[in-house]
Amino acid sequence: MTLIYTKKLRKEFGGVVALDDVDLCIEKGSITGLIGPNGAGKTTLFNNITGLDKPTSGMVFFNEKNITGVSPYKITRCGIARTFQNIRLFKEMTVLENIMIGRHFKSSHISFSNNRSLNALIGFFNIKKEENDIYRTSKKWLSFFNLDNFHDELAKNLPYGRQKELEIARALATDPEILFLDEPAAGLNPKETDELMKLITKINELGITIFLIEHDMKLIMNISQKVIVLNYGKKIAEGTPNKIQNDPVVIEAYLGKEE
Amino acid sequence: MFNLSLQELLQHLINGLTLGAIYALIALGYTMVYGILKFINFAHGEILMVGTFISLAVYNVLCSTATSGMMIIVFFIISIIIAMISSGLLGVVIEKIAYKPLRNASRLAPLLSAIGVSIILTNLAQIIFGTKDQRFAYPYNNDPFNLFGISITPTHILTIIVSLFLMVILKFFIDKTKLGKAMRATSENKRIAALMGINVDFIVSLTFAIGSSLAAVAGILYALDYKAKSTMGLLIGLKAFIAAVIGGIGNITGAMLGGLLLGLLETIGFRLFEILVVSIYSIFGKSITGIPLGLKHMVAFSMLILILLIKPSGILGKNVREKV
Amino acid sequence: MLNLLIIVLIYICLFCILSLSLNLIAGYTGLLSLCHASFMSIGAYTTAIIMTKFNADFLLVLLLSGILASFFGIIIGLPTLRLKGDYLAIATLGFGEIVVNIIINWESLTRGARGIHDIPTAKIFNYRLMPKDAGILSKVIYFLLILIFLVLTYAFISKIIKSRFGRALEAIREDEIAAVSMGINITKYKVFSFAIGAFFAGIAGSLFSIYFLSISPGNFTFNISIMILCIVVLGGMGNNFASILGALIVVPAYYIPQLLNIPFIPPQFNQIIFGLILVLMMIFRPQGLLGRKKPDFERIIKRKSFFIRSR
Repeated sequence: MTLIYTKKLRKEFGGVVALDDVDLCIEKGSITGLIGPNGAGKTTLFNNITGLDKPTSGMVFFNEKNITGVSPYKITRCGIARTFQNIRLFKEMTVLENIMIGRHFKSSHISFSNNRSLNALIGFFNIKKEENDIYRTSKKWLSFFNLDNFHDELAKNLPYGRQKELEIARALATDPEILFLDEPAAGLNPKETDELMKLITKINELGITIFLIEHDMKLIMNISQKVIVLNYGKKIAEGTPNKIQNDPVVIEAYLGKEE
Repeated sequence: MFNLSLQELLQHLINGLTLGAIYALIALGYTMVYGILKFINFAHGEILMVGTFISLAVYNVLCSTATSGMMIIVFFIISIIIAMISSGLLGVVIEKIAYKPLRNASRLAPLLSAIGVSIILTNLAQIIFGTKDQRFAYPYNNDPFNLFGISITPTHILTIIVSLFLMVILKFFIDKTKLGKAMRATSENKRIAALMGINVDFIVSLTFAIGSSLAAVAGILYALDYKAKSTMGLLIGLKAFIAAVIGGIGNITGAMLGGLLLGLLETIGFRLFEILVVSIYSIFGKSITGIPLGLKHMVAFSMLILILLIKPSGILGKNVREKV
Repeated sequence: MLNLLIIVLIYICLFCILSLSLNLIAGYTGLLSLCHASFMSIGAYTTAIIMTKFNADFLLVLLLSGILASFFGIIIGLPTLRLKGDYLAIATLGFGEIVVNIIINWESLTRGARGIHDIPTAKIFNYRLMPKDAGILSKVIYFLLILIFLVLTYAFISKIIKSRFGRALEAIREDEIAAVSMGINITKYKVFSFAIGAFFAGIAGSLFSIYFLSISPGNFTFNISIMILCIVVLGGMGNNFASILGALIVVPAYYIPQLLNIPFIPPQFNQIIFGLILVLMMIFRPQGLLGRKKPDFERIIKRKSFFIRSR
């Protein structure tokens, strides 16, 4: 089934058209790649779906629900999580705390009652239980990413590759249905990229849909079931990695026309 | 209902333009520094105050030896120039000591440091120059002359002419000279400007020097009509900053526009507001003669809240979005 | 001598409450608020005005003062939501000036610049307190009363900080965009932060009123806001205990020379020290004397809670 689809999604910044009536859909459980030359609008597309930006026109649907222009925190609560191109960790907080933040909105669903405000009030007197739950769940993700030894370390002190993993861990802690990854392989060496590939596959096997922006063609082509290509804000191609790699329009976008 | 004659309106206009010119000169300092460093120089008002006091001191000392009106005017000009130079220097020194080390620190650090500097300056001035208000004796005969029923003083004319002159020179400098271009480039993108061979540190110092000396002039013009006191920096500085925000912080024309606008709002705008309030009261049967003048200061703050709600980037400002 | 000690202790307690509450707003949430003294003034004036007009039980007035201050906290919190650090600071500064301006000009309510000097002593559960000048014992009683509220404030703020509420605030301080992408309702927490911080500032103001029995706009100036900020910065932003420590250092340094009437130290000297503290701390130790405390989760979850349900 289609988890996310957009209808004529358009974003204009003044005179610049960043997204040009983009129609796309992402299947549940899939790994979908998003590629395109720099400035094609990939991150803008992410932002417009995850709510950090409001589309100029067009619509976004998640699980048949219209989420166009909804506040980003609400969109995350629906089940969409993301990472960022330039890592956005909570630098002065520890690794564990970063992951625990991912559990933040989950806690008000600790069921004392059906009313969230009442939960919050009871939660005030019951902070220990809340913290207990958040702590235990976060620790699980810590282990999943082999970050146990770093749990008390400040996020800013982690090596670069580990920081990227932490960002993914934090996003996963929100229990998303779909994970948006923005250039997760940026700055990683080939060995680390291989590990990343395995990690993404592992996450996907948990049932989480993946939508990722990447420039590393090996990674994208190896892991994606479908690849979408953007150029100048327009979707110029869509299909299996094989089809995309041989598509003349795509080749032209990256390499230019043959003279 | 509207007991506002054309004459009163024009009078407020003159007052407003004069005040606005002063705000504009000060606002320029804020906006230039913000344009380059993305930082609000909280101590700008205090630099203004120090410059004013220095000029006052020099002027008083020199004038005690003056024998003619001509000499007094010359001494006045000398005191202004000395104040401009010392303020400029002060601005540069403060930047090097209290702001430069924090250029890469968190957003809060330079702001808190600036607050610290402003406190130090205010209190030092109080210790050195005393806490009493000081009068700046007019170097000329300040008798107003009557023009179409509105009274204009030589100070009004001096303020407007001097401010206009300085603003025109500044605009010319920024737009037409090589150094000005370097300043514009640096405010667009510090890193790239450095890569282009621009000495960013020098440009920053230059910016502080220019802004501070303009502020000194503004302070002196202000002190002529009002008083000079050690706490003048806070209120005038704050209002001028608000003017810069209204016009569009980082934008030179915006600072000038914002300054003039604020000056006019505090005079004409306030008077119109007063008439409105009196009218409303009289509709309800209560008659009041006016609203307290102290509320004039609220004009600036109210405008600040308003502009921050509607268009934080200011009238002429661009919406700079944070890159995700 | 004992007199002096108690007065300084009372000042320390009041500033502790003020710095703890500012720490919540500025230290944890990262909202640089320069109008904290204004929230205090609202609490103080509410108490003064109500007590000079009605014969109400002090605890009720105290609560009301806090709530009204909190309300103003929300008023300043809402419009400033989208503002970045510097802009926010200036906006709060402007707000502070507006409040002072209104207090001075609304003579019919606040008696303007003169202030209110005939505040009756507090009545708690029908027991009327003696004024502070009635002797050492009465001063001690006030000190204990204020100390109790300090302890309550510290306990409350510590408790909410050590939970996901506190984490959310710190996340907002660290990176708003990331925080909002993790499902945190930034608006709600920023406003809450201001509301709670202002509430306790109002409490401090109210306690100030019933101790000194005389207030004027000059008691709640921008300088006081800066002093509170200085305490928070010196101690360490985002660290509750550090705020107490900061107050223990700054308050005696400020008030003892004044109270002892040392002749050759002008009052400006203290202010210059503050200014220097701010500048030097930012350059050499921006995290403050103590810096942020890493949470010790093992300790927090060690004891099982009352309501725990087996899963």
